[in-house]
Amino acid sequence: MAEKVLMKGNEAIAEAAIRAGCRHFFGYPITPQTEVSAYMAKKMPKIGGVFLQAESEIAAANMVLGAASAGVRTMTSSSSPGISLKQEAISYIIGSDLPCVILNIQRGGPGLGGIQPSQADYFQATRSPDHGDAHMLVFAPASVQEMVTLVTDAFDLADKYRMPAMILGDGALGQMMEPVVFEDKEITPPEKPWATNGHENKRAHNIVNSLYIQPDELERIVKERFEKYEEIKKNETRVENFMTDDADVIVVAYGIAARVAKSAVRNARAAGIKAGLIRPITLWPFPAEAIKEKADKVKAFLTVELSMGQMVEDVKLAAEFKAPVEFFGRTGGMVPTTDEVFNEIVRLNGGNK
Amino acid sequence: MNKVTFKTDLCKGCGLCEEACPKKIVKLNPDKLNAKGYNVAEVSDEDMAKCIACAMCARMCPDCVITVEKN
Amino acid sequence: MATVFKKPHALTDKPLHYCPGCTHGIVHRLVAEVLDEMGIEGETIGVAPVGCSVFAYDYFNCDVIQAPHGRAPAVATGVKRARPDRFVFTYQGDGDLAAIGTNETVHVGTRGENITVIFINNAIYGMTGGQMAPTTLPGQVTQTSPYGRNVATQGYPIRVCEMLATLDGVAYAERVAIDGVPGIMNAKKAIRKAFETQKAGKGLSFVEVLSTCPTNWGMTPKDAIKWLKENMESYYPLGCYKDKE
Repeated sequence: MAEKVLMKGNEAIAEAAIRAGCRHFFGYPITPQTEVSAYMAKKMPKIGGVFLQAESEIAAANMVLGAASAGVRTMTSSSSPGISLKQEAISYIIGSDLPCVILNIQRGGPGLGGIQPSQADYFQATRSPDHGDAHMLVFAPASVQEMVTLVTDAFDLADKYRMPAMILGDGALGQMMEPVVFEDKEITPPEKPWATNGHENKRAHNIVNSLYIQPDELERIVKERFEKYEEIKKNETRVENFMTDDADVIVVAYGIAARVAKSAVRNARAAGIKAGLIRPITLWPFPAEAIKEKADKVKAFLTVELSMGQMVEDVKLAAEFKAPVEFFGRTGGMVPTTDEVFNEIVRLNGGNK
Repeated sequence: MNKVTFKTDLCKGCGLCEEACPKKIVKLNPDKLNAKGYNVAEVSDEDMAKCIACAMCARMCPDCVITVEKN
Repeated sequence: MATVFKKPHALTDKPLHYCPGCTHGIVHRLVAEVLDEMGIEGETIGVAPVGCSVFAYDYFNCDVIQAPHGRAPAVATGVKRARPDRFVFTYQGDGDLAAIGTNETVHVGTRGENITVIFINNAIYGMTGGQMAPTTLPGQVTQTSPYGRNVATQGYPIRVCEMLATLDGVAYAERVAIDGVPGIMNAKKAIRKAFETQKAGKGLSFVEVLSTCPTNWGMTPKDAIKWLKENMESYYPLGCYKDKE
């Protein structure tokens, strides 16, 4: 029987990870995601799991690399500056085709930046999770409930495609309390015959490795990975369309910005403007088709982000110059207000009619 | 007679085995190159009788070139 | 006819890529001999570093993970925490372990992580062509200390065994040297003891192996062994620095 509880985003995500079969969590404290570690520290010892506070973000991510190599479901979490440190390991994790989940509860940057909510790590997550040609799955929840659902999916898809999955949240989602339902779900992680967990003299030795010194071999392996990426684009892209059927102005926003945008769209509808919202749930793969479909039907797209404009580039690419793509954002920890977004919708609609 | 065999294709001619051999019977052959171009280590047929199968040469070899058998 | 010595099973048949006379091959073999003798190849996971021994995954017959530069102890921690029933070891050079990975090295010790670390100290960066390492001796000439390591500007060498021995989580720390057959036998004894320490669940076991790099030292393999004996062993005294009951 599914239970409904009131939980903080960061704690809900930790609980969801445990329910998804994660028993190995490696963390390092950083605001505003520390509750994830605190929750894991409390829960893991009671269920035979491992919580380990590492000496650094770098070490924590490399412990995830090790645990993933051994074949278990494993996770680390951090916030923006800490994710930068984890990128080294993320690159090796991608290059070694290892599954794991990484949580980024974004805060303002660059540098130490601030501790308030931000979406300024979009490029980092979707464009360059590391050095080299690579991607990871990126999920963008917009509520505590969705964080819970997406964590389970992130573990499943990471295992399925043997790659890291990131939950890209923000300080607001991490800190907010909402009612959440945990579905009782059977967890069946796939067999991992590739894992380096001791061959017991029953098979040849397994190797987890990202080094390919022959360029033709490395090219072949990267190309194979990109074939997998195409399959993922086809099968795993997720998006929410809200009132877009007849929309003249479509707001494109994810995560916390999408919540603000949704209110603004409702207000616009109440004022007689045909507004809609496209909310990417996966940022990589990006739901380009959903935008492309609407590009010759709308007056304009309005991208709203908690940044100086990052996802807007993907929206422009998807719209293929068939419709103007405008941007409204706040940064540094500032969150756009419903009125600000509403006013932008009115402007792009050519007035209040 | 004890027997020392060399996987000469693996030998890099470093000479550490020469130094290790207490009987001084392991020697790099200046007239014999392997496919990699190294002068390979060996024990001549006449010296083999002096081998005491101590395996010092094999323990010193970085490349597992040498197998030692005792009779 | 009884075989006195042959290649251990825990080493693959792949020819080693190391330069002639490089002692990495000897230490690889010693680790493999210990895995054979303890019968634990199938229960062991090795973690390879970045540096000359980066290809160790091709040479050991046990499962192996190739780790980012310096992070092998963190990777090994992840493996051991996931599979505490397994033997886990790292094999790292001096740049990997004592420069970029110092933090991971120290903390695997503070946690008393029940793994084995094999540390190759040859006082130089080998793979990149002979630059100054944290363990390069004062006055030693390398590509990046062309006038000899100047301690006033380039600092002093780091004695890792002594440092780790101060940590409560370190169960066993010993420094050995590949300076001849007796030294090799001694090194093997230490590596065996390290794995036995892990088997007993005592905490971190650490073996520092003074090794040669003939190519980057610019010496013949024989002279390199001599140089190690005469120069390294005085700065890095051999012996057991920690042996927890």
